Amino acid sequence: MDLGPHAGFIVAAYAAAAIIVSALVFWVVIDYRGLERSIAKLEARGAKRRSDR
Amino acid sequence: MPLSELANPHRFLRLVRVLIPALAMLALVLIGLGLVQGFRAPADYQQGEMVRVMYIHVPSAWIALAAYTLMAIASLGTLVWRHPLADVAAKAAAPIGAAFCLLCLVTGALWGRPMWGAYWVWDPRLTSVLVLFLLYLGVIALWRAIDDPGRAAKAAAILTLVGFINVPIVKFSVEWWSSLHQGASVFRLDGPSIHPSLLQPLLISAAGFVALFFALHLAAMRNEILRRRLRTLGILAAAEAEAR
Repeated sequence: MDLGPHAGFIVAAYAAAAIIVSALVFWVVIDYRGLERSIAKLEARGAKRRSDR
Repeated sequence: MPLSELANPHRFLRLVRVLIPALAMLALVLIGLGLVQGFRAPADYQQGEMVRVMYIHVPSAWIALAAYTLMAIASLGTLVWRHPLADVAAKAAAPIGAAFCLLCLVTGALWGRPMWGAYWVWDPRLTSVLVLFLLYLGVIALWRAIDDPGRAAKAAAILTLVGFINVPIVKFSVEWWSSLHQGASVFRLDGPSIHPSLLQPLLISAAGFVALFFALHLAAMRNEILRRRLRTLGILAAAEAEAR
């Protein structure tokens, strides 16, 4: 596909979109895994909220 | 399901387990379809091939404004109705809204260089979107500056509501002041002024961005609920260790 004389700008815009969206997805996934790990570690040590008892 | 039922974090976490993958899949399909149609559509008579940038620039601008509006409504929920998930929703939306706002600014700059001859001009629309981005950063910084989630929620809610004045400024800046940026071409009283061959992929792509935003927002809300659970567990564990 011929994107014309400004192809570099179009490709750069889509690359920026891919980077920013990937960073967001990466952030929520890594954050989730880290939180689950930390909670499991505390619960394994016997920590429980009153509502969970 | 009434909103009050979602006040129970356990019920909310069960619901998002189904909703997040469904919304992510929907986003993938819609954005893919929108972009395929968008790249098959004819080039614009003025912008030429640069019109392809519209399929990511315009939806990211809409999401940046909608996310801030959601934060303002959630802030009212925090301050007025004291809904337990309101501040969670507001806090989770801020980094996502900021990212889409940044994407809007970056893609706008990349479109501006070949079309206007400059990456940046201090135009009312561009400047007000930059202010929106700075407001997002301010709200995020405020959340991080205060340890107690309850106090942070109130302070962030006030800042968010004060900053909401900028949302109509962004929207109407192209009408109120002389602007290099083009005026509204989709949401107009006399109907869209874009040719249907370009409008249809834009709307499909925008629907995909909306699904993507909600998938990310629900995931970030789930993380925030877990973060608070972790904080409570940490405090209880420390208290128990001290009592022994």
